[in-house]
Amino acid sequence: MITHHLSDKLLMAYSSGTLPEAFNLAVATHIAMCDECRARLASFDAIGGAVLERAEDTAAPMSHETLLATLSRIKDQGPREQAAQSGRATQEGWTLPEPLRSYVGGDVQDVKWRNVGGGVRQAVIPTSENATARLLYIPAGKAVPDHGHHGMELTLVLQGAFADEEDCFSRGDIEIADEGTEHQPIAQVGADCICLAVTDAPLKFRGLLPRLAQPFLGI
Amino acid sequence: MFDITPQTLPSRQAAAAVDMLCAQHGISRRGKRQSEVDVQNAAKWVVLLEKVATEQDTDAFTEVFEHFAPRVKGFLIKSGADHAMAEECAQDVMVTVWNKAAQFDPARASVATWIFTIARNRRIDMLRRDRRPEPEELTWGPEAEPDQLDVMTMQQESEQLISAIASLPEKQRVMIERAYFGDLTHSEIAEETGLPLGTIKSRIRLALERLRHSLS
Repeated sequence: MITHHLSDKLLMAYSSGTLPEAFNLAVATHIAMCDECRARLASFDAIGGAVLERAEDTAAPMSHETLLATLSRIKDQGPREQAAQSGRATQEGWTLPEPLRSYVGGDVQDVKWRNVGGGVRQAVIPTSENATARLLYIPAGKAVPDHGHHGMELTLVLQGAFADEEDCFSRGDIEIADEGTEHQPIAQVGADCICLAVTDAPLKFRGLLPRLAQPFLGI
Repeated sequence: MFDITPQTLPSRQAAAAVDMLCAQHGISRRGKRQSEVDVQNAAKWVVLLEKVATEQDTDAFTEVFEHFAPRVKGFLIKSGADHAMAEECAQDVMVTVWNKAAQFDPARASVATWIFTIARNRRIDMLRRDRRPEPEELTWGPEAEPDQLDVMTMQQESEQLISAIASLPEKQRVMIERAYFGDLTHSEIAEETGLPLGTIKSRIRLALERLRHSLS
């Protein structure tokens, strides 16, 4: 059961379409696994609907010609496509839900990992430059290097579980960390942990070596 | 020259639909004057969109267009488009409304909400903003028609949200409008919306549970 959810701020920013791509990816992937946040997102979309409905004073007149032009576009394009069928088939049996799977180009076995030391592996997922998304592979019982944050970081668990000083996160849980958060997540024994980690600023590692290596690792 | 406001017929049909829904579920329409009006208004768009979906009804589409296209255009202008670009994109949005009408699920959203999501996506494209991947969609299977009572409640909740926004303190209301016009970054958005979203969320949650159940 998922116990760590998205914040209202993130849901509103995702609903209004203003987040960096990497954050959109983390938010959407969490929602794919979490009906609670799917319903919350729909309620934030409903605010957008209400804003649109209320916008009588900002409404801009459309000419009758535009209506006619639209009707003729509709007529010219021919019959409509059939609606997509149920998404059930794609929901189960995958470690990486959509839309993450499309970004990776497959499931976990298709990820092109790179070792970053201590058995930890990562794979950067290409997104816009405004933020960085990467998959992390942390062997069971191993720690992610101790780090603080410059900006905001979202960590979404896809397999296994990790715990920091305060809490435990398992599949579907998302951790929202900001400037004030300094933690040392440790992958729980039993299964290797795979997470999607998204940051809008480079991480600052506390040890000297990781800090020197940081520019080369691209994290 | 043209009279393009043939509202009498569809409104009457919407009212009839509401009557029918109420009768089916033994709901009294007396003594709830305000919400009755609310439901009729939102239900009207549901009925019209259904006619667009099932009957390719261009009159119904025209009425949806007359109401929503100017709002979408205004929304796009507020989001930073010039008039010509906004007009063209509003047209695209309305063509999408026509094409995807059958995918609209009235148990999970109002027509205004659904059109907002299409307009938002078009805006992201138009302004070349960051890509916005979406979670896997859960669509209704062929046998899983949404429950009529769910539909009506959802429409009513959506209408009540409009009044809730209207009665917010101005500062909060402006923050929300700016956020949805794409004018605020994540960190500029306030922690609390001040809106009672709990009920509408619970409704959608229930509809999702029914859907999951029907899919399993």
